[in-house]
Amino acid sequence: MAFPQPKPQAPQLPQHLLRTIDCQQGAVRAVRFNADGNYVLSCGSDKSLKLWSVSQGTFLKTYSGHGYEVLDADGSYDNSQICSCSSDKSVILWDVATGQVTRKLRGHAGKVNCVQFNEEATVILSGSIDGTVRCWDTRSRRFEPIQVLDEARDSISSLKVAQHELLTGSVDGRVRRYDLRMGQLHVDFVNSPITCVCFSQDGQCTLSSSLDSTVRLLDKSTGEMLGEFTGHKMKGYKLDCCLSSKDTHVLSCSEDGFVYCWDLVEGSLSLKLPVGKAVVQSLAFHPSETCLLTAMEGRVQVWGAEPEDIIVVLVERPRD
Amino acid sequence: MARDDDGDEDFVTFGTALEPLEDDEPLRKPIPLHEQTVKDEKGRYQRFHGAFTGGFSAGYFNTVGSKEGWTPSTFVSSRQQKADKHHARPEDFMDEEDFGEHGIAPRQITTSLEFSSSRRDEAAERAKAVGAQAALIPGDTLLEELISPAKSSIGVELLRRMGWREGQGVGPRVKRKPRRQQQAEGGTKAYGCMLPPAGSEDSEDEYEEFAPDNVTFAPKDVTPVDFSPRLGVQGLGYRGLDPGLALLGRGADEHIDLFRPQSESRSRLFGDARSSVRRGGVAGQAFGVGALEDDDEDVYHRDSMSRYDTVLGGEEPGDGLFGWTAPQQYTKKKDKSKDASYLGKILEGFTLAQNPPEEKVIFPPPALPSNYRPVHRFRPQVDVSRLSGVSPALAQALKTSRGHMIKEDPQQEGRHQLDSGQRRTMLGEDALKGPSSVMDLLRPEDRQRLLNLRNSTNPTTCTPVSTDKSQVAKQDLLVGVAPPPSGLQQQQKVLAAWRGSNASTQTFKPFEKTPSKQARYDLYLDRLRQGDTDALEQSLDQTMTEWERSREREEFVRASVLYRPSSSSLSSRFTSAKHKEDEDSVEVNRDEEGDVDDKQNAVKMKMFGKLTRETFEWHPDKLLCKRFNVPDPHPGSGVVGLPKVKRDKFSVFNFLSVMESREMAAPPKPPESGKKSRWDVSQQETKGTSEDPQSAAQTQPETKSDHSSDPGLPASSSRGTSAASRTQEKLADLQSSEKKTAGDEEEQQEEDEEQEEEESRPSMDLFKAIFASSSDEKSSSSSEESNDEEDRKDKEEGKTDLQPANLFTITTSSVTTSSVTTSSVTTSSVTASSVTTSSVTTSSVTTSSVTTSSAITSNSHTGAASYQKSAQEELEFGPKLPPPSTPADRGGAAQICSQSREEFSRKKEKKHKSRKQNKHKKDKKKKKCKKHKHKQEKKSKKDESDSSEDMDKDDDDDDQVSTAELLKRLKNIQSHRTR
Repeated sequence: MAFPQPKPQAPQLPQHLLRTIDCQQGAVRAVRFNADGNYVLSCGSDKSLKLWSVSQGTFLKTYSGHGYEVLDADGSYDNSQICSCSSDKSVILWDVATGQVTRKLRGHAGKVNCVQFNEEATVILSGSIDGTVRCWDTRSRRFEPIQVLDEARDSISSLKVAQHELLTGSVDGRVRRYDLRMGQLHVDFVNSPITCVCFSQDGQCTLSSSLDSTVRLLDKSTGEMLGEFTGHKMKGYKLDCCLSSKDTHVLSCSEDGFVYCWDLVEGSLSLKLPVGKAVVQSLAFHPSETCLLTAMEGRVQVWGAEPEDIIVVLVERPRD
Repeated sequence: MARDDDGDEDFVTFGTALEPLEDDEPLRKPIPLHEQTVKDEKGRYQRFHGAFTGGFSAGYFNTVGSKEGWTPSTFVSSRQQKADKHHARPEDFMDEEDFGEHGIAPRQITTSLEFSSSRRDEAAERAKAVGAQAALIPGDTLLEELISPAKSSIGVELLRRMGWREGQGVGPRVKRKPRRQQQAEGGTKAYGCMLPPAGSEDSEDEYEEFAPDNVTFAPKDVTPVDFSPRLGVQGLGYRGLDPGLALLGRGADEHIDLFRPQSESRSRLFGDARSSVRRGGVAGQAFGVGALEDDDEDVYHRDSMSRYDTVLGGEEPGDGLFGWTAPQQYTKKKDKSKDASYLGKILEGFTLAQNPPEEKVIFPPPALPSNYRPVHRFRPQVDVSRLSGVSPALAQALKTSRGHMIKEDPQQEGRHQLDSGQRRTMLGEDALKGPSSVMDLLRPEDRQRLLNLRNSTNPTTCTPVSTDKSQVAKQDLLVGVAPPPSGLQQQQKVLAAWRGSNASTQTFKPFEKTPSKQARYDLYLDRLRQGDTDALEQSLDQTMTEWERSREREEFVRASVLYRPSSSSLSSRFTSAKHKEDEDSVEVNRDEEGDVDDKQNAVKMKMFGKLTRETFEWHPDKLLCKRFNVPDPHPGSGVVGLPKVKRDKFSVFNFLSVMESREMAAPPKPPESGKKSRWDVSQQETKGTSEDPQSAAQTQPETKSDHSSDPGLPASSSRGTSAASRTQEKLADLQSSEKKTAGDEEEQQEEDEEQEEEESRPSMDLFKAIFASSSDEKSSSSSEESNDEEDRKDKEEGKTDLQPANLFTITTSSVTTSSVTTSSVTTSSVTASSVTTSSVTTSSVTTSSVTTSSAITSNSHTGAASYQKSAQEELEFGPKLPPPSTPADRGGAAQICSQSREEFSRKKEKKHKSRKQNKHKKDKKKKKCKKHKHKQEKKSKKDESDSSEDMDKDDDDDDQVSTAELLKRLKNIQSHRTR
């Protein structure tokens, strides 16, 4: 050990409300950061998808073209494209700058719950209530999916992509991990409808929240349970959960209007963030900073570790 | 001459005049026949085709138009002249000739009828006016009125010749006198039919009284019923806007009579004007109400079914237009008067009945005699056939009177009374080979029971007991099959079943896919039929391995049970299909997901990992791999998704898997009989886990049940520590041989272990399919025990194995336990006891040791192990849910907790420190000490099982150890860590 190890910083939690964005697009079904965390995508129930700037909280663009409420969205790594899915059974690939529909992908038999780009935005993966995950090619002009993963016996509620792995959570109570490199499918049985799945940042663990009001941290390779986080209420809604940017905390939406934040190792509840009275529908953690987005009803709230003024300074200094 | 000249002027010339002959011109030769051709106006030849094919040829060689044929008008669009819609008219498809004077669409106005301005036919006019009401433009008779054809039909001409004049009716002339009289009478008495008060006659009546008696009059003219075809596309009952009605502002609120169109307009035409308030403006179905008008309730036409007639016929027009419906009108009139005479209100749509309903004559029932008793006695049967002297008629009468048919001779029966057997004998057919009735398929005791049942219900009927020898034999065949036999017994029964059964070629071939196997099976069956006792052994291939042979043995016996002669005898009644179904294989996923119940139980116990994890081979699409920048994991495989296999629909394995649930034991005890379930796999794998630190802990539900069903938990914890301390002394010994400790346990277990080690086994589902339920009780029980032992061991191993992912800092307790065995046990016991106050009943037994609970679990297992023996008796195969812990547990736990709270707190401090330790170090240590731990616990287990006397002593030991000893150990730990 030539260099002294840096002192571990006390983990910061996003407990200060920085701003509230009133999206004016009906109920916000999902809120997502873009790849670098500077922009926010909000999926509205009024069929629109909106792009916001996080730092200013300003409205940038509306993407309209869906036929029904937008359920999920994802931005590509280079911020040039957005994919979104909707209850109208379609997945739309948007051009960010022009706001035009680049491609409209139809094929799902039911509403599409979740959508993700792969790392290079060459494939869009969408999971639907019809129990299939469809892999759409963005490079070619084919309108059929490359592959349909129909292993799930019930609706796909959530999916995540990390490098060569695809993680899906299904209402049949199973977390499936498709390993493209190994050519294997790992099925973890959880026995309760999965609402959300996540990879940890280091890719070693999977986080899955289910309708028995439990968030479970499973070892990716073996499927062992490493942690179980309870206390919140998740009984009927498809709510999100996530890990903090440094994998220190587990966060989950709750139906009682709070965002619960547990210490990942201890399993203890470290923060109970009061967001509002209604159900916290969606949340997203900033990819690098301590910044949290929550969506409740028609509002998106931005939470940070420090109060507003400091954040603003931090953001604006590079400009000067 | 002058006269001639005049005459010339008066000449009317027809046709075209010939050209005047000129003198000097030579006489023309007559045109030869072949040159006499017909040409049209344009000089084109017209060839005659024959009358039926349309006369002359048309167009260009019978085609249309020109040489090129008919060219349609082309679509032209330009910037200035946008494409306007081109409507093709019929004229576009006509030739010029058609527009000529005699064509089908003449351009010139020509007369089609002769016209005259003669006297108008009033009746016809009326009829026309009536008909015009139904026309598209109501009242559109103006043109026809102006131009009236002069031509009259031949019928009219004939009538005229006969003296008929227009305006008169047709028929014999009548006198008016009697009619008048009747009318006079009608005022006083109304007998018979009332004559219609014809509206048009009223005026005549005035001067009729002056008519002399001998003068007859022509009958009244009749307006012909006008049948006009519907021209428009409007629906039935639609009326256009009648200007007369519309201007009156009358809505369409009156009854719609589809079969009497325009009755009201007709009546209006014939003079009975309705008293309606005349209003301005236009109203009707198609018009709303003007702004200046005040009533707007009838803006929209509301329709209701009550306004339609639902019955044909019904009311006849009462407008004096009696044509061919005339006679009914008179009766109608009578009804009308009757309706009026009825005082009550008549419902809409109803009229009074014409004829009063015939009254039913009810005859009173005959009076019963006073001594009548309502009891029926059956008359005795009389056998008619026996009455020899009776005439057939009498016999018939007797039969019918009794209502009993006396049994007749079969010759007299119709063919429907015959049953199939009788018909067969009549036709001379052979009897069917198989059992003649369902009863034959039953076991004799069952049959007997059925018969008894039947006998008890009707004791009088004598049940025919079949004395047929062959049937009895068959019964014997069937006897041995039905009850679930076991072991060699089963084989014997199979033998009994097959012995002597005729070699039927139609027996089911279960191993058809592998001919050699089927051949062996056939051989086996043959031997069985011959009554060979060791048919099975002889028919097997001796070159095969022992394992294969035992497997086949198993299969053959099962197959022979399944397809025993009874089913073949049954199948002899059926013929096999001519065309074999090719669909005898189904596509199924090659790797089936395991049992969900097990997984659910595992989830309930929070034992995620091996139990809940399943891994399948999955083939991503080639393109998908390319897009993800990864090489194809299965290059060259054409499969996408989960690989599928074709599986026989009727494979023996399918049947066997069904049979699994039933307790069917196999006769030969194969050497592998001990291992048969999915748990074996886990066992096998856990063997590997000792080498693999990353692998999951194999936790078995039994341990949990052990623990919680433990009656004295507090004692166990203390005992655990004592046992641990003792094991510390014996550590060296234990390290020496693992076998020894294992051997201490039970011989049975050892055997099983050896068995397990002896070979690598084939895939699991094969086992499951064949041997799922094939083991006698002894072996299964032993395997259970061994399983328990194994599981417990595994779990304990896994506990220390527990290796959280890299990103997590592990709880220190596991480190301590691994590094120093003694201290770890004590500390863990302390923590456990203290924690159990809060969470003994909860998931403290889980192996998920990310949290601090790993220490607890380890301790609890030591405790649990001590009571393993007692719990063993209750153990059952498979996962079980933990029974709720008894309150005694908690009390005890609390007790301990109070004792050792300070140790716990100290321990906690340590934990925090140790968390920052290097993980790799931990891993190594854990690996090392895993074995120790395992053995030590084994030892402790043994100790506990050895004697219960130790208990008190142990407790004492614990008390002594707890203070001084613990401190020492804690120091020990710290020294370890600093090193």
